[in-house]
Amino acid sequence: MSKQISLLIVDDEESVRDSLYNWFIEDGYFVECAEDAKTALSMLENKHFDIILTDIKMPGMDGMEMHRRIKALNTKSIVIIMTAFATVDTAVQALKDGAFDYVTKPFDPDELTHLIKNAAKQITLEAENVALKEKFVDLENVDDIIGNSEPMKQVLREVMSVAQSNSSVVITGESGTGKELIARAIHSNSQRKFFPLVSVHCGALSESLLESELFGHEKGAFTGAMYNRKGRFEMADGGTIFLDEIATISPKMQIELLRVLETKKFVRVGGNKEISSDFRVICATNRDLKSMVEKGTFREDLYYRLNVVNINIPPLRERPDDIPLLVDFFIKKYCTAMNKANISIEENALKKLKEFDFPGNVRELENMIERAIVIGDGKKIRSSDLPLAKDAFDSSYESLEDLEKVHILQILNKYGWNISQSAKALKVDRVTLYNKIKKYDLKQPE
Amino acid sequence: MQTITLITYGKFDTELLERMLSEIASDLGMPVKHLQGHIDMSEFYDAGRRQYDANRLITVVDASRPKDTFKTMGLFDVDLYIPILTYIFGQAYLNGRTGIASLHRLKNEYYGMKPNKQLLFNRFKKEIIHELGHTFGLKHCHHPPCVMLSSTYVEDIDQKESHFCQQCRDELRMNQQIILREF
Ligand SMILES: [Zn+2]
Ligand SMILES: [Zn+2]
Repeated sequence: MSKQISLLIVDDEESVRDSLYNWFIEDGYFVECAEDAKTALSMLENKHFDIILTDIKMPGMDGMEMHRRIKALNTKSIVIIMTAFATVDTAVQALKDGAFDYVTKPFDPDELTHLIKNAAKQITLEAENVALKEKFVDLENVDDIIGNSEPMKQVLREVMSVAQSNSSVVITGESGTGKELIARAIHSNSQRKFFPLVSVHCGALSESLLESELFGHEKGAFTGAMYNRKGRFEMADGGTIFLDEIATISPKMQIELLRVLETKKFVRVGGNKEISSDFRVICATNRDLKSMVEKGTFREDLYYRLNVVNINIPPLRERPDDIPLLVDFFIKKYCTAMNKANISIEENALKKLKEFDFPGNVRELENMIERAIVIGDGKKIRSSDLPLAKDAFDSSYESLEDLEKVHILQILNKYGWNISQSAKALKVDRVTLYNKIKKYDLKQPE
Repeated sequence: MQTITLITYGKFDTELLERMLSEIASDLGMPVKHLQGHIDMSEFYDAGRRQYDANRLITVVDASRPKDTFKTMGLFDVDLYIPILTYIFGQAYLNGRTGIASLHRLKNEYYGMKPNKQLLFNRFKKEIIHELGHTFGLKHCHHPPCVMLSSTYVEDIDQKESHFCQQCRDELRMNQQIILREF
């Protein structure tokens, strides 16, 4: 965050001041409190606060009067009024008098966070508009995007330029190239960074699940829907929604998606109230959307709506110079994770890696390095530790580990994920089983 | 050696608890102890809100923390509130020694969906690590999918991972001399 935002809380109740103080300190704001309007006004004479969050009913001077006097001070502070249900009318009056917004006590955590983030965004925007022109912004949250090659530098340049805009982005690249990392980098460097980045893996969900996932549902929309539930578009309000494997969505969902993108409005499944949400959309796919459009399997209008900017991540085989950097990165990552001293890689092994064509891209390289650290001698990664012999027969993944993973999963499913029974059947203790579940990232089917 | 103590109040699933102890220990690289707490929960119940006062509960947990422990988390299975907010999942003293977290609103059933043990475990673990992060002095982070992202509803929790991002790790190393294992 470029500039720390300051907040003044004005409330006569100590418990309210304390709770809000803690809440906002954890959110990274600079916070001070005042117990009444008089104290607040005298603090404001000596010091600027970006946001003032004030109760409306206080002994002595009330929040409305204080708001008027703050306006008279001619500061740029944003004033937000806190009110109980009974005084909502007064709060509406405060809005007419130029208060930024109001909240009703007690607040939903979500509502409060959103409100302050909105105010913070406005302040940051004003500050950044001043600074933006001459400044070269350093990219944030790109530590795990590894690569010094020209194609990767180009990708990062594109991230930087697109982050500042609000355009829809389609990230293309073979599987394993790290499309989600690029989506995160765009979000973290945009003005939407204060709001959530919400990811949806479209390929993993059936049409009806995807629909309720994206749009939410109302109580009673289908069996089991006993409560209202927010959808991903609603959650992404103010932020970014990342739709992975966009090419997999059904024709019906394509139409619905198009409608939402055009209007930024939708209704929850089983509901009739129109909800609007301000989100930016980033999609990813390993398919060629353009040719899907030509074949008629992907809507042309949707394609143009999504593909305002295209960022293509080159496959690993087109940037072999990045391989040594990546290998170092993964060695460090896995040696630390396994509590081992960092090991090195034999010259010859590295050379072979640089010549390998990596159909599974960076993810495949990562898996190879992890595996090599596990099976190797603990000092050096040798080429014999790497499953590179693709010419022999294509069974390099039929390792004992893979067998173990599949077997554990079968046993877990057989015993309904009862850990004790499964551990007994496998003849291992429960801790070992937990560690294996974690290691192989096994998930209980829903 | 810096120890973490988890104090449970009320009954927790043994399997969930055992797994939590082992995973938090291995993720943070610190020994994790478990204690069973005994308090009369009715003293913290607000009949009007039908919820439990998290500000008072955290003081009780803080007072009953073992003196030789580094950080303490009180674990509950009740609906927590603080005066100004309609609910919270948990809270902690920033840079302090104590935090609390509750399973209650992390359950799928609470939202009318099918129970999911694995998902519940993940959510609870992230919530515990998040609050511990606050006791380590970490504030909310803007780098998805870092565990220190602020989460105001469950689906937010599902969007993040259970580990700290590089920036948060660096901060821990510099400010607290805590060196965490990579995830
Ligand atoms: Zn937090
Ligand atoms: Zn972080």
